[in-house]
Amino acid sequence: MTLERITVAEAAPPPPAARRSHSVIPGFGLTLGLTLLWLSLVVLIPLAGLFLKTAELPLERIVAILTAPRTLNALKISFGLSLAAAAFNLVAGAAIVWALVRYEFPGRRVLDALIDIPFALPTAVAGIALTTLYAENGWIGSFLAPLGIKVAFTPLGIWVALVFIGLPFVVRTVQPVLEDLDHELEEAAATLGAGRFTTIRRVVLPAVLPAFLTGFALAFARAVGEYGSVIFIAGNLPNVSEIAPLLIVIRLEEFRYADATTIAATMLVAAFILLFVINGLQRWQESRTGRLA
Amino acid sequence: MSFNFKPAVAAALIAALAAPVAAPLAARAADVSLLNVSYDPTRELYAQFNKAFAEKYKADTGKTIEIKASHGGSGKQARSVIDGLDADVVTLALAYDIDAIADKGILAKDWQKRLPENSSPYTSTIVFLVRKGNPKGIKDWDDLLKSDVKVITPNPKTSGGARWNYLAAWAYALKTYGSEAKAKDFVANLYKNVPVLDTGARGSTVTFTERGVGDVLLAWENEAFLSKKEFGDDKFDIVVPSLSILAEPPVTVVDKVVDKKGTRAVAEAYLNYLYTKEGQKLAAENFYRPRDAEIAKQYEKVFPKVNLVTIDDPAFGGWRKAQKTHFEDGGVFDQIYSN
Amino acid sequence: MSASPVRSESPAVKWTVIALASAFIGLFIVLPLINVFAQALVKGWEAYAAALVEPDALAAIELTLIVTAISVTANTVMGLVMAWAITRFSFKGKSFLITLIDLPFSVSPVVAGLVFVLLFGAQGYFGPWLFEHDIKIIFAWPGITLATIFVTFPFVARELIPLMQEQGTTEEEAAVTLGAHGWRVFSRVTLPNIKWALLYGVLLCNARAMGEFGAVSVVSGHVRGETNTIPLQVEILYNEYQFQASFAVASLLALLAIVTLLAKTFLESRVHARRTRGGH
Repeated sequence: MTLERITVAEAAPPPPAARRSHSVIPGFGLTLGLTLLWLSLVVLIPLAGLFLKTAELPLERIVAILTAPRTLNALKISFGLSLAAAAFNLVAGAAIVWALVRYEFPGRRVLDALIDIPFALPTAVAGIALTTLYAENGWIGSFLAPLGIKVAFTPLGIWVALVFIGLPFVVRTVQPVLEDLDHELEEAAATLGAGRFTTIRRVVLPAVLPAFLTGFALAFARAVGEYGSVIFIAGNLPNVSEIAPLLIVIRLEEFRYADATTIAATMLVAAFILLFVINGLQRWQESRTGRLA
Repeated sequence: MSFNFKPAVAAALIAALAAPVAAPLAARAADVSLLNVSYDPTRELYAQFNKAFAEKYKADTGKTIEIKASHGGSGKQARSVIDGLDADVVTLALAYDIDAIADKGILAKDWQKRLPENSSPYTSTIVFLVRKGNPKGIKDWDDLLKSDVKVITPNPKTSGGARWNYLAAWAYALKTYGSEAKAKDFVANLYKNVPVLDTGARGSTVTFTERGVGDVLLAWENEAFLSKKEFGDDKFDIVVPSLSILAEPPVTVVDKVVDKKGTRAVAEAYLNYLYTKEGQKLAAENFYRPRDAEIAKQYEKVFPKVNLVTIDDPAFGGWRKAQKTHFEDGGVFDQIYSN
Repeated sequence: MSASPVRSESPAVKWTVIALASAFIGLFIVLPLINVFAQALVKGWEAYAAALVEPDALAAIELTLIVTAISVTANTVMGLVMAWAITRFSFKGKSFLITLIDLPFSVSPVVAGLVFVLLFGAQGYFGPWLFEHDIKIIFAWPGITLATIFVTFPFVARELIPLMQEQGTTEEEAAVTLGAHGWRVFSRVTLPNIKWALLYGVLLCNARAMGEFGAVSVVSGHVRGETNTIPLQVEILYNEYQFQASFAVASLLALLAIVTLLAKTFLESRVHARRTRGGH
């Protein structure tokens, strides 16, 4: 959950003892061996099975599956709406983080704790709750319906679900960095005559930018793979509101294993890439502020 | 640095976490257990039927039986059985889904001949469920193409009911407009009015009834009746189109599983019970059309007279052909959706 | 948090930002949560209680507890082992190893379920062998447990790794020099230092394990009373017109979320205290 807490071991200045190649601490062989065994059994071998299954297919078949309009549309919907949701979370997250870190107001601590609800609330529960809220006869949906805005069972509904699950990633990534930001810089800028807006833009923003991008990438990565909260609210209409993970399930249910595994393998490659981007962003943050994002 | 982490606390924590594991996983103490893997709208039917059969079994043999059920879109359920779900019996929405299981060698190829009436102890058809008073004036298939009508139906790739819906529309268009090209246009236009495609019939019913989406639900007749029963007669009306399709949801024993578990006899007894007066009555009570002439007569008034085509009509040529033409990769349904 | 005048905005801006933030959290986060309880209680407390003691619901709760107990125990033990290997020794490829441990976080839950179907399904790599030996994995609790372990794989390890890294190895080395053996070093030196972070990781792991839907849905088979976990039971009831019952069962998970948050807030303060005292 607190994805922002991942640290890249080698990037941190290692404590002097860790540099020693022969540590006096026992258990190296045992723990590393177990680590590799466990990792292989639970994660690597199953994922390798997926690639193996995909590799059994001729290349033309893989290309045909991935370029089929329905696949392309599902990927477009998943990645596009995830991007839109992460972008919105960037803006909303900025306001929330700023309010939580820089202002004192009644209920601040409660608000702070509530941010983690989407982490802790199971996705299926979030899915049915959001659907009930935003359906035309729901608490929010009934207000929007007269305005001609439909949320549930449209791409907008998917976006709402993805905003819900992504919000904590941005807030929790940026929050510690903003908290640690040296106030003197801002004061210096102000003393030198910079307006408040200029100070924020020139002093604060550069310092927290990597953290924002990390939060954005984390929210995006989570949203792309999200299933439980989306399927209830999406409408699941091919080419319109069908997300890629749902298409995998549908292909599986249609006995089309080749399609299911190929799309799944593609999603997995995307997950790898995103993970490396996130790692890179975290190193950047660290070099900026000396703090692990 | 404090060194006061109490091992006892840790041990208690781990014990608390592990305790349920020690509880025997198979504590359910029935003498025999059967798994019926079924499709979406049969939930209520089999909840009652399983109870009735368990009582009869107890009376006949003195043994207790536990019947477990799994429900979902028919195609999806067949996939689960193919992937190893240990179903003793399958009771699915259409013959093709059982054929697909048979193709993997999990049950006999000639399964449909093993029980009377094409192994379909009850039948149903496709009707329209509309909002009370029928505000959009929907009377027949043509009305579904009007630009202001939103039609709710599930995804034919995963749902059996959805395939019956689709084929009923196709049959109507073919008979009314005379050519396959026109039928294809008709069905394509129909699906343009579909705002939500759920994976199973029940999902679509929930979308229509509870979520208030759409003007008309293409539904199993039993599902339409059940919706009226659940939500009250003042919420929905049933409209019977001028032509629909005879839906035969078939049942069979899964040979590979019953032979391994040694449950063939009881599984067969279970399916045969569907054909008895009691079984037929339960089917009728749950709005499935009974096969038994006597029971059918009793419930005559419940079921409207509908003009029906069958899947063996030359328009389709049986399930395998219909599946290949319409629902396989690149079939008519895919062509409609890639436009 | 008393801001000096030069670095604060005008009250108008301040209160606008606060209002926006509160509105956003209220609309997107609090309202869905309240909605769960409102829908669950729409028919009163009796119906609520009835929905929870229904046999299939009880079976789902039991299965969820079993699966969670196994998954959390496994991931806790292995999380400790992995964190020990990574933070107590230096070796090549450590950074890559950490990335691999994090991998399950970015894998779609659906894909996580699918990989186990490919391995253990009747048509999968080990399917025929498993059938011959009468071992059930997919559509039974072992498959559900495996999928849950996969999606919760990184939770404990990633809470421990940064903390154990910050703390360094000086204390353990001192203990070894004084003659303590491996297990004793761990239980008397390391464990007291990381206990709050460990509990924190276990808590998050637990919350996710109980609530996992996508991965479990793919491998479950949805046999009521047998292979349905609480989230799957929520979906099934939802699809049976039993909305109130569905939300009643869902409210258990919402309660779990709230308890998790409260415990998390408490543990965070402890972890923080530990860090400022012992770290850096």
